[in-house]
Amino acid sequence: MITVENLVKEFGPKKAVNNVTFSVQRGEILGFLGPNGAGKSTTMRMLTGFFPPTSGKVTIGGHDIAENPIAAKKLIGYLPEAAPCYSDMTVRGFLAFCAEMRGLSGRAIDDAVNRVAGLCFLESVLHQSVDTLSKGYRHRTCFAQSIIHDPEVLVLDEPTDGLDPNQKHEVRQLIKRMGEKKAIIFSTHILEEVEAVCSRAMIIDRGTVVANGTPSELKAKAEGAGSVTLRVFGTAAETVKSRLSSLMVAGKVSVSSGNNAVNARVFPRDKNVNGELAKAVAELTVKEGWKFDELHTEEGRLDDVFRAITLPDTVKARND
Amino acid sequence: MLSDSIRNIRTIAKRELMGYFNSPVAYVFIVIFLLLNGFFTFMLGGFFEIGEASLARPFFNWHPWLYLFLVPAAGMRLWSEERRTGTLELLLTMPVAAWEAIVGKFLACWLFLAIALALTFPVVATAMYLGSPDVGATAAGYLGSLLLAGAYLAVTVMTSALTRNQVISFIMSVVICFFLIFAGWEQVTSLAVRWAPDWLVNTIAAFSVMPHFTNFQRGVVELRDLVYFISVMVFSLFTTSVILRNLRGA
Repeated sequence: MITVENLVKEFGPKKAVNNVTFSVQRGEILGFLGPNGAGKSTTMRMLTGFFPPTSGKVTIGGHDIAENPIAAKKLIGYLPEAAPCYSDMTVRGFLAFCAEMRGLSGRAIDDAVNRVAGLCFLESVLHQSVDTLSKGYRHRTCFAQSIIHDPEVLVLDEPTDGLDPNQKHEVRQLIKRMGEKKAIIFSTHILEEVEAVCSRAMIIDRGTVVANGTPSELKAKAEGAGSVTLRVFGTAAETVKSRLSSLMVAGKVSVSSGNNAVNARVFPRDKNVNGELAKAVAELTVKEGWKFDELHTEEGRLDDVFRAITLPDTVKARND
Repeated sequence: MLSDSIRNIRTIAKRELMGYFNSPVAYVFIVIFLLLNGFFTFMLGGFFEIGEASLARPFFNWHPWLYLFLVPAAGMRLWSEERRTGTLELLLTMPVAAWEAIVGKFLACWLFLAIALALTFPVVATAMYLGSPDVGATAAGYLGSLLLAGAYLAVTVMTSALTRNQVISFIMSVVICFFLIFAGWEQVTSLAVRWAPDWLVNTIAAFSVMPHFTNFQRGVVELRDLVYFISVMVFSLFTTSVILRNLRGA
């Protein structure tokens, strides 16, 4: 549904987005990650036809957004970053206006407004003026606007920003449900959100895509992913270390002791072999008759991957 | 396609016009417009003293000056507010062409100004009660006044697209509209011919709304005056679309 080829956006001498290529199919939810100023919003603005790209191509459902903007925009629902709404209107008036702009008329407008008000929990504020709403409601009003025409493509720029934990959960569930039939791309800072919702994640840094894969693929890239942690009681640290090191599949082993317990961490010799290490460690533990209360494989954390592949702001500032 | 465009323009215009009447802006504006009109016509214009039932001098004479401040005040928010609150992004990512949005907003505000102008009917009624004014001339005066408001408004639409600050938008459009009056105002041109060559004075004066408006005021509807006002509007609205395109970094 969404294809992006070699997308570039320059603001003067600065390249905000540099040669980004990806695609999103129907039924896919792509999480778009990156530090502030990485080019997430700029990319989304090009996807939705707000910014024309400096070079490169965006097609939505087969329509080139530069050549056939109206047909492409009809397929898109868009939640901009700041969730702007016309503040001099009531929530109902605003949603009805958006529905009308999307080509609905008459009864269909009322139906659409009621449907999205239900989905986004806006029933209680429908007759309130937008400028009296709290941030969370305002945000959901703008979100409601993006799905009012039941679009095939959803572009959401930080859809859960400013919501309380319950609302965040609801919105995530909603995105997940809609993702079964639509092509969705959303940006976020919250990494658990990506794990909870996305079928694929993409990390962008300084305008370039630095990682692209399923959340578990990305997590496997973390340092320490695939290593096994073991806690043993009543055995000398030295013994534990030497026995673990003797395992065929084990690579580096580190141990630390304290409180009568030995904490060991075994890294796999070959990172690509999954599950073997934990099995071998478990068998060894049983064979040696060690008393243990913990044995698990580290999955790797998205945070670590994120930090490892995107440079922190301070480093960036120095390089600039 | 055309019906889609008309639909979009109508939807945007309706929203914009409702925006005026949903806030105190519309009522404050109309009251001030009518008060000033009455004041100028009856107090300064000497409506009763001149002893003829005509609206040309006492009533329409003041409109270029009245509109100079009131039209930019009515239109200054049209685009600058969209830019300030970020709704511009929302509007322009909907399936609507930029020109449709520009025309829709322009028409909404113009219609609002037309409503305000229509509410000056008691002045006409007074003239008709006291004598028999030339109906054709009065109608021509109203048409000219409406076109004048449209020309100023188009300039304001343009300046409001230039900035996210309404005050700056207001000041810029007042300055431009002031130039449009001044360049062809008899008092100025008669001074200018003393030191500037005729062709220069005439060229600059040709940009002015004054000679064109004066014709309407006298009850003369000429094609070239209509063309002038429509050109100002088309030019300003077209420039608005260029500004909006540049804004998005094309």
